[in-house]
Amino acid sequence: MGEPVTLTNKTDLTTCLPFERPVFELERKLEELQALSDSASMNLNGELRPLLEKRDKMLVEIVGRLGPWERVQIARHPRRPQFRDYAMGDQGRPGMLDEWIELRGDRLFGDDKAISTGFARLGRHRFLLIGHRKGRDTKEKLACNFGCAHPEGYRKALQKMKLADRFGLPIVTLINTPGAYPGIGAEERGQAWAIAENILEMSALRVPTLCIVIGEGGSGGALGIGVGDRVLMLEHSYYSVISPEGCAAILWKSGEKAPEAARALRLTSEDLLRLKVVDEVVPEPLGGAHRDAATMVGTLKAAVVRHLDELTAMDADERLSLRYAKLRAFGNGLPPLDPPPEVPAPKAEKGDRKAEKAEKPSDRGDRPAK
Amino acid sequence: MPWSFRKKREVPAGLWTKCTNAACGKMAFSKTIQENANVCPECGHHMKLEAKRRVDLLLDAGSFRPVGEDVAPVDVLRFHDGSEPYEQKLKRTRAKGTASEACIAGRGTMGGRPVALAVLDFGFLGGSMGVVVGERVALAAEAALADRVPLIVVASSGGARMHEGALSLMQMAKTSAAIARLRAAGVPYVSVLADPCTGGVSASFAAQGDVTIAEPGALVGFAGPRVIESTIRTTLPDGFQRAEFLADKGFVDRIVDRRKLRDEILAVLAFLAPLPDQPLLETATAGEPKPAPALEPHGKKGR
Repeated sequence: MGEPVTLTNKTDLTTCLPFERPVFELERKLEELQALSDSASMNLNGELRPLLEKRDKMLVEIVGRLGPWERVQIARHPRRPQFRDYAMGDQGRPGMLDEWIELRGDRLFGDDKAISTGFARLGRHRFLLIGHRKGRDTKEKLACNFGCAHPEGYRKALQKMKLADRFGLPIVTLINTPGAYPGIGAEERGQAWAIAENILEMSALRVPTLCIVIGEGGSGGALGIGVGDRVLMLEHSYYSVISPEGCAAILWKSGEKAPEAARALRLTSEDLLRLKVVDEVVPEPLGGAHRDAATMVGTLKAAVVRHLDELTAMDADERLSLRYAKLRAFGNGLPPLDPPPEVPAPKAEKGDRKAEKAEKPSDRGDRPAK
Repeated sequence: MPWSFRKKREVPAGLWTKCTNAACGKMAFSKTIQENANVCPECGHHMKLEAKRRVDLLLDAGSFRPVGEDVAPVDVLRFHDGSEPYEQKLKRTRAKGTASEACIAGRGTMGGRPVALAVLDFGFLGGSMGVVVGERVALAAEAALADRVPLIVVASSGGARMHEGALSLMQMAKTSAAIARLRAAGVPYVSVLADPCTGGVSASFAAQGDVTIAEPGALVGFAGPRVIESTIRTTLPDGFQRAEFLADKGFVDRIVDRRKLRDEILAVLAFLAPLPDQPLLETATAGEPKPAPALEPHGKKGR
């Protein structure tokens, strides 16, 4: 019992999701114990360690029970790692890149901050990195339009992709957008045309292309930088033809039915792997990427290197014909999925609360022992 | 006379049709409107037109040979929209009309020249693109590539079909990949935008034409007007996202009356893919009812 027990990857009260609440409560108790352990120079590691294990067990159980709607909430979590975390790093944590040279502007209209493009180096791989940016604080979020790109964002991406294609640089894209922006300016400048052109050109690029959904895969706005040789998805990200809220508003005539729409749309990584929309699911740290950004960045880095190794070793013509075959087969000859999980989302949440209440007395019971 | 009674008498079963343009609203013999390709004889408003009738309008009689007719929709997601399963919705829609899905595709001849054609049917679940629509459009593009004949697609769709989830989204990639091959091979593609054309269809093959033609008044955009209005919380100006607006913004080459569409497409194709035995002058003026007046001053000088 020599090593002190440290509590890492804590839940944060302001960003805590409803189903994370029991974890938060347990962690608070853990912290109290820890403080006591430090100040009273008592070694409480014996008590702390089982509690820490209990938290991790709790997380495994909660994550295993999460419905598609809760998964969407994890994908949108404010502390979820974003483009910057993966690229150059954020909040003192390193990113996955060894070098990053941002390239701006679409040469036609402007520079859309909702999509970032630039030269990136990761070990021996030099490539073009493209990604949606949502922004962390209010100012940055506004500048990035919350990750909703305008046509100039897609045209910037295309201009850089053509550049990469000419100079033989592979392309990696990080997808994280609620959707392409539906506004007057976006329509006037041809949002549909911009996205359509990107999809068409990406299907025929001669360089290797790797696309990764790291958070929200919002419809055409995601696909606008999402056509590639390989498409990966982080475990708790989602990818959908329409937002659950939008789908619920149209089909259920009520935005409040979003949890049901999320279930019906089959937008989770496991379902999309079965539907062959994505090629691989990248596992997230226990409880979601937001609980342990450093581990997430490391996992994704390894996945990127592995896929770039494989893709760059392939012959360009072979890669192109495989890519075409994959795109061409979307939705063909698939067996129907199992029916969506029957348990509606809110019930699981109620269960959590009960569990939480049940645990309280026993936790209190532990206290006199210290 | 009570309003409800009057309203009832205004629409006797099938004999008369009311123009769907709210500003016009005039009644005409259904037969007259049908013979006029569903264009209002009073105001020229282009009403929606069944895909089958569009094929008849564009192709030489009896020349159409379908592709992908056997591709049938499958409810892979087992989608239930709260009121009914998607499978049942499909059955109901199929029973209602003559269309088997929201797209007809195939080969045919147009003014004697072979073409590949795909037409979306707004009457079938809003012309929404699911796997079948994506597959048929891609098959039409591949037929065009195999035969090295022009591709013509008439798009009229609310966008991707939500009931097929991400699979419908991926049809954007499927169709675009097929169009990319046409582009690389130098096979011309004429895209015709009919009212309305939004979402995943407008953001894929419909926006990828070598020449893009829109029908007058057609609403074309990425997001539908209601989505935009609810996002920016203002009402949109009149004419926003209409064909004329898009032509002004630079996204549409020509706005063409449906009744002249076939001739116009043939005239364009004569430039992009002239047939060896095609007399040049004839085709270049095929879209005009009279000889081009621009030639006259020169002729006068000669006289």
